[in-house]
Amino acid sequence: MTDTTVSETIPSAGRKTTSRVERQQWLGLAFIAPSVAMITVFFLLPLGMTVWMSFYNWPLLGKASFIGGDNYLELIGDQQLWRSLGFTALYTVLVTAALFAVAMPLALLVDKPLRAAGLFRTIYFMPVVIGFGAASTLWIWLLNPDSGVFAKLLLGLGLIDSAPRPLEQFWPAMGVIILMVVWKSAGFSMVILLTGLQSVPNELIEAAKIDGASPWSRFRLITLPLIRNSILLVLVLNITSSMLAFDQFFIITQGGPQNSTISAVFSIFLASFTSYRLGYGSALSLVLLVVLVAISSIQLAFLRSRPEES
Amino acid sequence: MPMTTWQRRGLYLAWVLLAVFFLGPMVWSIANSFKPAAAALADPVSLFSDRFSLENYGRLQTVGAGWHVYATNSVLIAFGTVALTLLIAVPAGYGFSKFKFPGQMALFVVVMATLMIPFQSILTPLFLVLKFLKLQNSQLGLVLIYTTFQLPFSIFMMRNAFDAVPKALVEAARIDGASQWTLLIGIMVPIAFPGVATVALFAFLNSWNEFLAALIFLSDQNKFTLPIMLVNVSSGLYGIIDWGALQAGVTITMLPCLALFLLLQRYYVRGMTAGAVK
Repeated sequence: MTDTTVSETIPSAGRKTTSRVERQQWLGLAFIAPSVAMITVFFLLPLGMTVWMSFYNWPLLGKASFIGGDNYLELIGDQQLWRSLGFTALYTVLVTAALFAVAMPLALLVDKPLRAAGLFRTIYFMPVVIGFGAASTLWIWLLNPDSGVFAKLLLGLGLIDSAPRPLEQFWPAMGVIILMVVWKSAGFSMVILLTGLQSVPNELIEAAKIDGASPWSRFRLITLPLIRNSILLVLVLNITSSMLAFDQFFIITQGGPQNSTISAVFSIFLASFTSYRLGYGSALSLVLLVVLVAISSIQLAFLRSRPEES
Repeated sequence: MPMTTWQRRGLYLAWVLLAVFFLGPMVWSIANSFKPAAAALADPVSLFSDRFSLENYGRLQTVGAGWHVYATNSVLIAFGTVALTLLIAVPAGYGFSKFKFPGQMALFVVVMATLMIPFQSILTPLFLVLKFLKLQNSQLGLVLIYTTFQLPFSIFMMRNAFDAVPKALVEAARIDGASQWTLLIGIMVPIAFPGVATVALFAFLNSWNEFLAALIFLSDQNKFTLPIMLVNVSSGLYGIIDWGALQAGVTITMLPCLALFLLLQRYYVRGMTAGAVK
């Protein structure tokens, strides 16, 4: 996009003297310089430092010492790390599936030519804009067995005899976290899927209807293939954000029960800012970074081949 | 295709039930924050109690430095991030859109690369960078970090916004002898205003809601932001959690985001689809 506008600008500017034009074009660099400086100091420099620090024993206070690949050797034998990576992968798969399972019907439901559809779209989207921190603390209250809404509701309806304590066991804890994340983020996926749905030509659906295709086969054979790219986008965005999950596990489950819900970012946090082993934390960060860049590259590869947007 | 009456009723029923699910938690929390503590404990489900009470907000004032301090910190950090992001991203978007110089494409790729690498994975060295700059445990340090990670999205938005400004307009202004700065502030920015609003809105929401970096980089209790205050309230004092104060805190933290979103929904959706489609 830049190339077209810029090449359009140049010929008309060329009427003036060359030096003037060149000076003007270099002015662009001055406009960009502050952003490049910020990104260099607070992004590129720390990125390089991550690699460098991962070869050091680096305590918070005191001198750092070079230890070669020892951090990486330790990482391979670190049981808790592998457990947290396994947990993060499991969580990512489950939450991505759950989000899609909720967001797809939501998108279909609000993709209606009625004025009220817009209102409900807005309502379903609202939890997306509040922070994960506020959402997590809100859910601690909802879930608490003594005065939480869930416990009171279920008791009141006579569905259970004693208040549930979902955070004391692994699967119930996982279940309520997934429920909370679906509540918080399904609206986001819904809107992306909705853009896909709105690009499906109406005539196609109408034609299939005249041919007597059932709603399910219309969805499966026409809609689904046409919104393939939106679906891929939703999956990739949800996968990358789930792999970085931290707030809900730090706040709601606090890593428990028995350290079973410590996510990947949580273990970096523990290594660097609880044990103050900054070198080891950097090695963990680098592993996470490689995985995420790999996923983002797949995302870019997908997005390059998207016929529906252009 | 017209819907039958029953189809329409079914659709509305589904819409309303889902609305209860998505709105319920927020409405309950806000409603309980205005109940006297005893009423909220006895019956958290009902939305109203026999009397309206601000006592939860009063008790939140006794948490740490008091909620007004944390709210002020959050406001300062969010406005600081918005201001710095605009100050840096608007000229950068202009520079990428309306100029051409060697190495421009490479710089753009470097800026966009920040999108692929999440800040969570460079937190450890960032901590040392801030320490070196004497900006650890400082709100300015946090603003600088939030701004940096807003930049790729913001510069992308602003470049696209400026791309839409007709070049004839720019040329005309240049011929009239407008300086670069007048051109940018007086002509370009007003036309690209929707882009500016989107960038500001996302900078505000992201810095207001951010939790992990605030947790790591701020250690002085007087400097905490609202999300950190919430976690401190939710972990309780001597094992007892003050649920009423927690509701009040959640309400204070949520409402500005919800209000901004409802007011500026247009710009939000614009940024979301642009950000997602990249």
